[in-house]
Amino acid sequence: MARITAGVATSHVPAIGAALDNGKADEPYWQPVFAGYEASKAWIAAEKPDVVILVYNDHASAFSLELIPTFAIGCADEFAPADEGWGPRPVPTVQGHPELAWHLAESLILDEFDMTIVNQMDVDHGLTVPLSLMFGQPEAWPCKVIPLAVNVVQYPPPTGNRCFKLGQAIRRAVESYPEDLKVVVFGTGGMSHQLQGPRAGLINKTFDNAFLDRLIDDPQAQAQVPHIDYVREAGSEGIELVMWLVMRGALDPKVRVAHRFYHVPASNTAVGHLVLENL
Amino acid sequence: MTENPFDDIPGTTLFNHAQSRLGFHLNQFCMSLMKAANREAFKADERAYLDQWKMTEDQKQAVLDRDWNGMIALGANIYFTAKIAATDGLSFRQIAAEMSGVSEDVYAQMMLDGGRSVEGNRSKKDKR
Repeated sequence: MARITAGVATSHVPAIGAALDNGKADEPYWQPVFAGYEASKAWIAAEKPDVVILVYNDHASAFSLELIPTFAIGCADEFAPADEGWGPRPVPTVQGHPELAWHLAESLILDEFDMTIVNQMDVDHGLTVPLSLMFGQPEAWPCKVIPLAVNVVQYPPPTGNRCFKLGQAIRRAVESYPEDLKVVVFGTGGMSHQLQGPRAGLINKTFDNAFLDRLIDDPQAQAQVPHIDYVREAGSEGIELVMWLVMRGALDPKVRVAHRFYHVPASNTAVGHLVLENL
Repeated sequence: MTENPFDDIPGTTLFNHAQSRLGFHLNQFCMSLMKAANREAFKADERAYLDQWKMTEDQKQAVLDRDWNGMIALGANIYFTAKIAATDGLSFRQIAAEMSGVSEDVYAQMMLDGGRSVEGNRSKKDKR
């Protein structure tokens, strides 16, 4: 049987990818950010997941305004890095796991989560930056990746509660897959940040750390927080944090915190990161 | 009539149904800049390239002026206008500085100092 062993939460700031791609990771500005992931890189190298289910949002790369799926699951063999306007990131093509992805799609839909099935798409920084942070700069990514895209661009995104319940359904779906696979779920985006308008640059350390505390210990309560609180307190793009609840829903009610990291700033954004293990 | 609580957040435009309808063609133009050939065509003659899109004159002028807040007011979403910034070789931080009305150095220092505080920025009522 396949099983979910752990969850990883991380911001997916594009400038982090650019810093790595352009050899700036050792600069004083970026060094503390990457240092915060050293323990996690060692952790995941030891954990050796077969598959990562990577919850992220597309930033107008695969999905324009023509079609806006609330939840989309990538079922293709592979996913190329997207050209977001400055050429694709020089990172490996992401290898999918179509058998498990299709099983997830079927299970989730029959479990009343109406997923959009994606057979071809490019993946942007939302998906590739978390891989870079956790795996560094390998020739090929060391595991299969199933992209799970959540709309957080067009209001309204799914509620925190819906995201949490999707995570629970993902767990049921993984555990009904017969092959013996080790699966880790990534929830990405956040933390507090606002990229637009006169309030750009908003950071709220108090909100972010309270979110981390509650995500760990009382995710059911965090799942009840309405969108207005995220936008008001954590910025218009801080609402990405609902995606972390998908990851958390896929884990045990009680988890062990293997690693916790918080840093301001990375470009416009507060970086938050957790590694949570099922007991 | 109940007040929309999102309208009370200062300096913030929610990308809701109204903005999405207003900005559909503007955002789709931005999307086209994901292809290198389109970026070249845009850079070669911005006005002619924009004229291929069903955008309003105000929207086209906001793009030509790189009026980032103006584009948002006219329905653009930041992840779409980011494609124009990328075409210009600008970072998110550079356009964020411009949208908040300060130089990039001042903005970068604000971020190093912990970012823009939420105190006084939660509600338009705070600003009174």
